[in-house]
Amino acid sequence: MIDGRLRVPESVKRGEPFEVRLLIQHPMENGFRHEADGRAVPVHIVNKVACRYGGREVFTVDLGTGISANPYLVFFVRAAESAQLQVEWIDDTGATGSASATVNVG
Amino acid sequence: MWLAVLAPWGARAQGFRSPADTSKWIAEVTGGRAPERSGIEIEMPQIAENGNAVPLHIRVASPMTADDHVKSIHVFAERNPRPRVATFHLGPDNGRADVTTRVRLGGTQDVTVLAELSGGRWRVAAQNVLVTTGACLDEGSL
Repeated sequence: MIDGRLRVPESVKRGEPFEVRLLIQHPMENGFRHEADGRAVPVHIVNKVACRYGGREVFTVDLGTGISANPYLVFFVRAAESAQLQVEWIDDTGATGSASATVNVG
Repeated sequence: MWLAVLAPWGARAQGFRSPADTSKWIAEVTGGRAPERSGIEIEMPQIAENGNAVPLHIRVASPMTADDHVKSIHVFAERNPRPRVATFHLGPDNGRADVTTRVRLGGTQDVTVLAELSGGRWRVAAQNVLVTTGACLDEGSL
């Protein structure tokens, strides 16, 4: 289970884009780092993040080794109705994480 | 003796590697279509003291409607050992083509952003960042 924190506004205006902030706890090992004993640390990264709103996929990201440790993502979503916003992520070992929040459209 | 062995490593880690071919990447991603040099705003520090986490904010001018929106945003760092940094997939549900993240830069370089619009058009922009301490360094060579 990969931890992450999701932040969305408590209430948003109908049709007005609102900001979604996501912080995932992950080392994002790029494969170029070495342990003190000289052994190379293998690549280990979160390579996919997907966001659904009301069950519909609205935003995805393919991440490479050039994304910093503890990936931070900010993007926008526009909503017509109140619904659940869900974000899921997966790394190259198959480990996953998710976070969700209810967005109230006023 | 040891220093002599380590020296080439240091040079490589500092990003003296020759840059990847950005125009080749553009042709590959766009399928050979020529991108317009407008409509993308890249917000990055001009000087980054730490290449391990450089803030990157990309804004593409678009109404983000069903008929006219940004479909994807691609980020390329020519002097990174793996230049393809990330690809964002968007649509009208985003309302704004506006994404932020933090990237690793292996040295001073141009960061190039491509945006794919609905209707098959492409846009491109680049921003130079001077990196004083690159990412990808060995702990041991610091």
